[in-house]
Amino acid sequence: MSKEQTNVCTRELMLGNKAVARGLYEAGVCFISSYPGTPSTEITEEAAKYDEIYCEWAPNEKVAMESAFGACLAGKRAFCAQKHVGLNVAADPLYTMSYTGVNAGFVIGVADDAGMHSSQNEQDSRHHAIAAKVPMLEPSDAAEALSFTKLAYEISEKFDTPVLIKMCTRVAHSQSVITRGERTVPTRSYEKNIAKYVMMPGNAKRRHPVVEQRTLDLIAYAEDCPLNRVEMGGTQLGIITASTSYQYVKEVFGDSVSVLKLGMTNPLPEKLIRDFAAKVDRLVVVEELDPIIENHVKALGIPVSGKDLLPMIDEFSQSLIAKALGKEVPEGRSLDVNIPPRPPAMCSGCPHRGMFYTLKKNKCTVLGDIGCYTLGAVAPLGAIEMTLCMGASIGAVHGFNKILGKESEGRTVAVIGDSTFMHSGMTGLANVAYNQSNSTIIILDNSITGMTGHQQNPTTGYNIKGDPAGKIDLEALCRAMGFDHVRVVDPYDLAQCDQVLKEELAYEGPSVIISRRPCVLLKYVKHNPPLSVDPDKCVGCKSCMRIGCPSISIKEGKACIDQTLCVGCEVCSQLCKFGALQAKKEG
Amino acid sequence: METKNIMIVGVGGQGSLLASKLLGHLLLTRGYDVKVSEVHGMSQRGGSVVTYVRYGDKVYSPVIDRGEADYIVSFEALEAARWLPYLKQDGVIVTNTQQIDPMPVITGAAEYPEDIIGKLKASGAKVDALDCLKIANEAGSSKAVNIVLLGRLSHYFDLPEEAWLEAMEAIVPAKFLEMNKKAFRMGKEA
Repeated sequence: MSKEQTNVCTRELMLGNKAVARGLYEAGVCFISSYPGTPSTEITEEAAKYDEIYCEWAPNEKVAMESAFGACLAGKRAFCAQKHVGLNVAADPLYTMSYTGVNAGFVIGVADDAGMHSSQNEQDSRHHAIAAKVPMLEPSDAAEALSFTKLAYEISEKFDTPVLIKMCTRVAHSQSVITRGERTVPTRSYEKNIAKYVMMPGNAKRRHPVVEQRTLDLIAYAEDCPLNRVEMGGTQLGIITASTSYQYVKEVFGDSVSVLKLGMTNPLPEKLIRDFAAKVDRLVVVEELDPIIENHVKALGIPVSGKDLLPMIDEFSQSLIAKALGKEVPEGRSLDVNIPPRPPAMCSGCPHRGMFYTLKKNKCTVLGDIGCYTLGAVAPLGAIEMTLCMGASIGAVHGFNKILGKESEGRTVAVIGDSTFMHSGMTGLANVAYNQSNSTIIILDNSITGMTGHQQNPTTGYNIKGDPAGKIDLEALCRAMGFDHVRVVDPYDLAQCDQVLKEELAYEGPSVIISRRPCVLLKYVKHNPPLSVDPDKCVGCKSCMRIGCPSISIKEGKACIDQTLCVGCEVCSQLCKFGALQAKKEG
Repeated sequence: METKNIMIVGVGGQGSLLASKLLGHLLLTRGYDVKVSEVHGMSQRGGSVVTYVRYGDKVYSPVIDRGEADYIVSFEALEAARWLPYLKQDGVIVTNTQQIDPMPVITGAAEYPEDIIGKLKASGAKVDALDCLKIANEAGSSKAVNIVLLGRLSHYFDLPEEAWLEAMEAIVPAKFLEMNKKAFRMGKEA
């Protein structure tokens, strides 16, 4: 029996993402394949604690979704999770799985990040549900995350469709009260069905009408399903809302207004909305990001307010909604003090720091990628000049160098993490090799997926449970793609980084530099004693400040090292011409 | 009962998630509806972090807005000042006096304001400030700052000490339990 299996029918606090994992367990899911991405990561991490569910990290979201599709085809309920931008990567299989339908139930978790707590854009995943013509459920708290996940499998099997379950940061990363249930495992057998599962034009033409009819059936279901409910209160104001916005609306208005709470946001009901609109004097849609429900209501010819009152950007909150709808909000105190911001920074001893320092020193143009190392764009390093999406650094450096030619080739690099490289850097590398640009690619190999909180990946040699797994050899992979120049450096060794970088930028041909040292936060990484400053030697030149280490500051004109933060990486001491920063002798 | 709001603020990596988990467990076992909203991801890399804990008969929103917090529990002085606008007019700030320089201060682009605790008090807010790092070290670990703060916070709650210690037993790993119980009592009595 696994640790998480015990069924206790008592109230407990549970994180929204963990509640999805609990729902997957209770729904009898047997296969999960995902790629980590905030705020979706904990769904798969928590599910992996159930021994009954096979869980894995895939190299990217597309592979994850296709693997989970294979599992559902084979007859077991399957799942994959990703953040909003991950669904873009997996959009290709999704849009055609809508045509094939499923065998056993297939549910896809997608977590949006309104407010961009940890994302590069603020896209609204509901557009994917509409475009792919698949149903989407949106829980508003952990209890719904659990129950909607289970219901999603019933919908998937009843309507023969993949189902999207959409989380947002505030539902994914908030704990609220849930009650556990039992696990049951429905199974179907696999049957060969070329007309249903082979999507070539002749078959797909016969499947498209099935998709359109399914949408009509789902609209009929939406009219009176348990996911959508009316909470009648005062009738002067009626609010249509979904997801976490529902919680804010109830916080502000309680039962003083009427609420149509939509748990299924694609497809949307028609009669339910018309009937609700007819019962209230004024109708407002409260939804984060894009006006999707609002546009649907308008298309029905019903007068409604929405984005004329509420913003299309950032998260909502109770005060934001109260203010927009004409209610008073409490005033807070303020201090007449300039409070310096506290942006995130690379950790003390972060292995990325030495490489970014070297790139800045060599005045390189750095095209970046997605991960902790995006912080290489922040002062004082300010090294990265472009970050777009997973893998884009390598694609972009190729185009950049093709246009600017020799002058650019000698100073422009792509930087990409080990996990991001596995995710979608390999195809970019193939392009550099095939179309022969003289580009230098730096793989920042910290032997883990760092940003999302330490997930294993195909280069680490371990699987999601920490057991030994296949391990891809980055050097061999790059050589096999046709790179003759593959160099490995230790980013704690600034002289070595500098020399190798200069050599590879000067080399006429494509090259890869692997900057290799494990993330300093990994448990197995041993820290050295903190450095100390010899005040007689320190002249206060601030050379050591150029690496932007949070452990170093200047106090009374001299360098000062925070003894609780410093991990003794000795990168700073390599910048000190006066030998003032000293490592402590062991013992 | 009207919903009560506790904000836990600090610097990424200071242990605020454990504090919110403990509070959530404590309040749930006292029969309240509870919601806890956390910060994960990019904002944890040494950035300013905030966790919301709300409890009452029925809690809807997982977040706390300006002017709504009954308590702000701050792991660091500058963060207490940053989040002051979220305090209710009659709310209480329980704060660590420790100063952790943010990157703009380290690089010299900004200055760490002087006498923040004094300025917080001058704003009219009720401020309960103590050197939690010193107390935590005395209790046995610099990592127990979170529990020292909770010990101090417990003054303002009409709950028996047993309830806090039980919550600690449920949440804190066994090998750190005795040290944390000590830190809790030292924070409470400080």
